[in-house]
Amino acid sequence: MAAARLGQPIYLDYAATTPVDPRVAEVMIQHLTPEGIFGNPGSHSHPFGWAAKKAVDAAREQVAALIHVQPSEIIWTSGATESNNLAIKGAATRLKGRHLITCKTEHKAVLDPCRQLQRQGWEVTYLDPEPNGLISLDRLDAALRDDTVLVSIMQVNNETGVVQDLKAIGQLTRGHGVLFHVDAAQSAGKLPIDLQTLGVDLMSFSAHKFYGPKGIGALYIRHRPRVRLEAQIHGGGQERGLRAGTLATHQIVGLGMACQLAQEHLIEESARIQVLRQRLWQGLESLEAIILNGDPQHRVPGILNISFAHIDGEALIMELADDLAVSSGSACTSASHEPSHVLRALGRSDELAHSAIRFSIGRFTQAQDIEHAIQATRNAVTRLRELSPLWEWYQQGIEPEQMIWSEH
Amino acid sequence: MLEHFKNPRNVGTLDPNDPHVGTGLAGNPARSGVIRLQIWVNDQQLIEQVRFKAYGCGYTIACGSLLSEWLDNRTLEQALTLSHTRIAERLALPPEKLHCSVLAEDALQAALAEVQTKRAGKKTTI
Repeated sequence: MAAARLGQPIYLDYAATTPVDPRVAEVMIQHLTPEGIFGNPGSHSHPFGWAAKKAVDAAREQVAALIHVQPSEIIWTSGATESNNLAIKGAATRLKGRHLITCKTEHKAVLDPCRQLQRQGWEVTYLDPEPNGLISLDRLDAALRDDTVLVSIMQVNNETGVVQDLKAIGQLTRGHGVLFHVDAAQSAGKLPIDLQTLGVDLMSFSAHKFYGPKGIGALYIRHRPRVRLEAQIHGGGQERGLRAGTLATHQIVGLGMACQLAQEHLIEESARIQVLRQRLWQGLESLEAIILNGDPQHRVPGILNISFAHIDGEALIMELADDLAVSSGSACTSASHEPSHVLRALGRSDELAHSAIRFSIGRFTQAQDIEHAIQATRNAVTRLRELSPLWEWYQQGIEPEQMIWSEH
Repeated sequence: MLEHFKNPRNVGTLDPNDPHVGTGLAGNPARSGVIRLQIWVNDQQLIEQVRFKAYGCGYTIACGSLLSEWLDNRTLEQALTLSHTRIAERLALPPEKLHCSVLAEDALQAALAEVQTKRAGKKTTI
């Protein structure tokens, strides 16, 4: 991708969003214009509607096939954020218990619905992960109560790339008769997911994280045993009353095609991306005083989150801006001054959290992009360290506390 | 601002034990960033040399650089009148980055204070 686009930085922010795969765009365009399939899938009485419904049904099968479930267990939403809201609020308000469990490293799209429920009287336990980012099953077990209705744990963390053991968690929740919701926004299309073998009851998907368009996602809702949810959006009764709103055929076929392509390419693509990521780490690890955030083993191929001690992450990104597009913290929190809540939950100091940047690799990243990224990052880190008093003290073995500070 | 970030002036270190050097350190690595400012002042109260280092976002670095540029060849009296608002204006700091200029001013005040302390010390030993 970089080779074709001179004058632009290399895109290494695939975890924030992905470009739509041209094959996805092609099928989407066929469902928009007067010559295409533009009908309302809900129109029962004419070929325009029937054709659109057929396209939607086919897409439903494509999504279902990716995760080995029945098409009837897939409903369409505007994205993973909406799916998370529907799963969490929908389950909590439908069922009897008043307690939920999630993890401090979840995306805000899970944490905020939980907080909202707290304001309305539910109790929520926010588990601490281990320092490597993984959930301890013992802690989860200890947190489960008689009145717990739902556990929500993401499969892959968007900042660190850490992968949770869904199988083990699912066994635990099944044993307690508690629903298990998984935000799969960062895992779908990147890791194989087989819901026949996992005790997952609800799963959220986001098209724009795996080469589909922004603005569409899905929620898997298990039928056996049946999971019941309270709808959050009411109206025309679409999606069996679970989510009202005219189905956006072009968006849906886009998500469907993204799933199909993921199915076709997953193994070879994740192997290729893994090699690139390993190369990137290898190229940087000889820099002094850098830390990998998140377990080195249990991680998705494409994400690398590194703290570069003694320099500021924002400054690093500004320095890299002409060469690389990367991010510090998640896209949703980067405007604020707060260090990443995920890195803090892993036990990183504020300083190390502020020094972190996330590289994420994707379908269109090439080997020379990685080489370029290594060079650019090494140069940037070196230059900023030359400007940094913290780096100077580190080299001299002085602790910052030993210096005399003015009040601030 | 970008210019001062990409090509900061006067980056470096002066000997903090030198009697002519005033060192000012401001900030907090956990929160806001850190600026270390050092000025070498001659007996005529003229700032002959300035050095700074900064840890923090690009704006923090730019504030340090701009400040160091202004201080170079200025008198202590002139330095005392430098305020963070002038730095903020000159770099067109957005509201959420105003604290970077305050950090720079704090470092300056600390450096000036140390200069005064050292002079006072010098006088009494004579």
